Amino acid sequence: MASGKQPAGFHVVGKAHRKVDATAKVTGITRFADDLFLPRMLFAKLLRSPHPHARIVSVDTSRAAALPGVKAVLTGKDLPIPFGILPVSQDEHALALDKVRFVGDPVAAVAATTEETATEALELITVRYEPLRAVPDALDAVEHPEPAIHDYADAGNIHKLIDLEFGDVDAGLAEADVVREDLFFFEGNTHLPMEQHAAVADWSPPPDGKLTLWSATQTPHYVHRALAKVLELPAARIRVIACPNGGGFGGKSDPFSHEIAAAKLAMVTGRPVKITLTREEVFYCHRGRHPTLMWVKTGVKKDGAITGMHFKSLLDGGGYGSYGVASTYYTGALQTVTYHVPRYKFQGARAFTNKPPCGPKRGHGTPQPRFALEVHLDKIAEQLEMDPAELRLKHLVPPNSLTANWLRIGTMGLGPCIEKVVRGSGWKDRFKKLPYGKGIGLACSSYITGAGLPIYWNAMPHSGVQLKCDRGGGVTVFCGSTEIGQGSDSILATIVAEVLGLQPLDVAVVTGDTDLTPVDLGSYSSRVTLMTGNAAIQAAERARDVIALHAAKKLETAIARLTFAEGRVFDVEDPERGLTFAEAVQLAEAAEGTIGTVGSYTPAPSAGKYRGAGVGPSPAYSYSACVAEVDVDPATGIVRVPKIWIAHDVGRAINAATVMGQIEGSVYMGLGEALMEEMAYRGNRNVVHKIPSLLEYKSPTTLEMSDVVTYIVEDPDPNGPFGAKECGQGPLLPVPPAVANAVYDAVGVRIDEVPITPEKVFKALRRKEKGEAPRFGPAAFPDIAWPEPIRVPPPWEGGDGKAVPASPIPGLAPGVSRP
Amino acid sequence: MPDAKAKIALELNGEAVEVAFAPHKTLLEVLREDLGLTGTKHGCELGECGTCTVLVDGTPVLSCLLLGLACAGRRVKTVEGMAQRGTLHPLQEAFAELGAAQCGYCTPAFLLAAEALLASRARPTRDEIKQALSGNLCRCTGYIKIYEAVELAAARMRGEDAKPAPETLYGVR
Repeated sequence: MASGKQPAGFHVVGKAHRKVDATAKVTGITRFADDLFLPRMLFAKLLRSPHPHARIVSVDTSRAAALPGVKAVLTGKDLPIPFGILPVSQDEHALALDKVRFVGDPVAAVAATTEETATEALELITVRYEPLRAVPDALDAVEHPEPAIHDYADAGNIHKLIDLEFGDVDAGLAEADVVREDLFFFEGNTHLPMEQHAAVADWSPPPDGKLTLWSATQTPHYVHRALAKVLELPAARIRVIACPNGGGFGGKSDPFSHEIAAAKLAMVTGRPVKITLTREEVFYCHRGRHPTLMWVKTGVKKDGAITGMHFKSLLDGGGYGSYGVASTYYTGALQTVTYHVPRYKFQGARAFTNKPPCGPKRGHGTPQPRFALEVHLDKIAEQLEMDPAELRLKHLVPPNSLTANWLRIGTMGLGPCIEKVVRGSGWKDRFKKLPYGKGIGLACSSYITGAGLPIYWNAMPHSGVQLKCDRGGGVTVFCGSTEIGQGSDSILATIVAEVLGLQPLDVAVVTGDTDLTPVDLGSYSSRVTLMTGNAAIQAAERARDVIALHAAKKLETAIARLTFAEGRVFDVEDPERGLTFAEAVQLAEAAEGTIGTVGSYTPAPSAGKYRGAGVGPSPAYSYSACVAEVDVDPATGIVRVPKIWIAHDVGRAINAATVMGQIEGSVYMGLGEALMEEMAYRGNRNVVHKIPSLLEYKSPTTLEMSDVVTYIVEDPDPNGPFGAKECGQGPLLPVPPAVANAVYDAVGVRIDEVPITPEKVFKALRRKEKGEAPRFGPAAFPDIAWPEPIRVPPPWEGGDGKAVPASPIPGLAPGVSRP
Repeated sequence: MPDAKAKIALELNGEAVEVAFAPHKTLLEVLREDLGLTGTKHGCELGECGTCTVLVDGTPVLSCLLLGLACAGRRVKTVEGMAQRGTLHPLQEAFAELGAAQCGYCTPAFLLAAEALLASRARPTRDEIKQALSGNLCRCTGYIKIYEAVELAAARMRGEDAKPAPETLYGVR
């Protein structure tokens, strides 16, 4: 494949293709949600709370309603039914009902003939608040259970507590030659898609009673469910159309207040309603990376073999649940899938705080622990006087194995990934050998290719595809997946084209429309290529079988001898004997009627059967290795990253060009998180967001972005379509720790906290000069009243994936009952 | 009367047009709302992200910071004016070919900023490209494919029979 040709045996898979929507995107034709203009359309705005935590005493909308041009005003009581992305945290209201929980929490909504009038009307709404004590961060939440931000939580303001134990970690640590403890902090950051969230709602009054919502959403199916619940409409009368997203990165994965409010306003006014958030409001929607404090203790043998690991995390969740319970589990789930960890204990806590809710951002809950683990391993390697690359290579998780926490590993290409970046970066000649101020660091990671379990419990497929074969030779694929720029529409076209011997541009793609397309759960958890791809293969193979049956009859040959390629159906042993694809479809259609097929995909059941086993299992795990080169200015602490080498095991590249784009984009976002991106609040001043703008929220421009050398590693996984695994999130994960490790190599200080700002580096350098610990990072992990652990013996200790019964007497050995 | 519309004449994408709009509107709003050209996007409407870039008299301008009224008699070019008679501009072609447009939201702005660069520099260096595009944010691509697309388009506009390097599309082997 050095020449850039597709792998043997494939027609289109593996090649670099122009995306099916590329022309629309470079000509400005793509219609994003805010590009929709409907006749008589009204414009909506939301009034947001100026208080981080307050009871709503009264809301007076009369003056706003009287303003000429205002057509409707809504408050919390108009939409009293709660919603939320997870069934366990239905804790949001479209408009605050009795309490506000962060500065920016929506309180009222206005629809008016112009956006200016709607904005003016907001100022005429009078809300009386009774301020409550605000919880500015997770540590404060641990110390202050009252006043509770929500009336449900595991303890006070601790939303969720998790305690999982896979084997006797203390015994593991006792076997170790070296035991090391470290503390890390990963600051929160946000997705910052260039497109502000927007939605347009349209209502067809009774007897139709039909609602249509166009929205910049990654998850039209979940928006569909939330609308049905809150608006009390039959789901069959709601159509959600996911417009192409102008970037998502996880930030458009929750059902949002503005979507529900626009829908209700359309129902109340009988006119289409558009709402487009300002950039400031996008910061309030947030759902980004949880600020996470972490403590990790690991025992290793002299050769670096891990004997046991104990990991604790404390997440700052913000004002609502969002995906937070899953995020919390994710901070502990994937530590075991890169290097062999024979015994593992995880304790995780998520706090409610009075800030915009945190949720899933690219890497969902795993970049934080990956940062901690990879820097921790770098320190361990130094202590053992081992090369960090060698340490990792020696203890890789074997392919086709189960981890201590019962995750089923399939193919595992981390070894080749490490070898490629080590060779490419000249690691062996440069690590510890560069002049002061220059450094090189290595880190690795793994990520899920789709969550093994759906967000709400059901036994139905995670992804469905319908295929229509036209007698003209065109094929249309219908799927509920959502194009957010990652190329999911092109994946469908490429896979169907591969099976039917067509070119991707011969395939029309209809996606993300609950009226037209079968359910796909959405563009999150790096699930789309694997799940829609498998569904598309099934649908396309069924179509191929029907077409082949009738083509074989016509050609008087055996079905087994037919192949589909280059727009033809022909006898492999006598290629002249064949039909065009269109002719073959016509034969099938004449014999069978309209040619349409379906395909669907459901992940295999996961091996773990304990409470909490739902987060972490995946049909396949991707792997990445990264080397970062840094220049650190010791006088200012400024870190520049001139170059990054990244190798990613994608299983199989379906479209090499989009794989490259996903890897480079992940590196970029990881670099932003490593160096500058942070959601900062004025904790001492009303918990106001310090920087809700694109100028002040620092993100890399062309001038900060590093050069990137990319290696695509292909270790095809039998669970992936043609072997494909994910590539949209995993390559972000190793970047922050690689940069941190490189900073240490450059100037000998440990920055155990991201972002690695000049101020932190400068402080650590000053400490080093004074003979203090050459480090910047957290000093302690708070005492948390953890619940009784769920104890699950690892596979090699004879477990069956289930938890052993809890001991009835505290302190009694697990599984031992009272005599 | 505050609602009275202003009317101006300008050259838009090579054609003479007249447009009436509320006088407080920015060029961004006039383009999107009064002229129906939604190819021009917005990311902040505060002049911070470059997403609304258009060319005014050949120079990249943030359309969110320019009043529509200030465009009377001027030459405005948007992404809709790039392709000619059904043929993509070499920059559009290269962006599509390399995947330099992922979500595509910032793409019109990058295309126009790059077009302005190539008008003055037929053979820009990588650093010149970075400098010329440093006012435009993209969250998808990490900018790499954008640089490579600008370089590919520049080569083709110089008349070279340029093709993407294999490592651009397939990585380093």
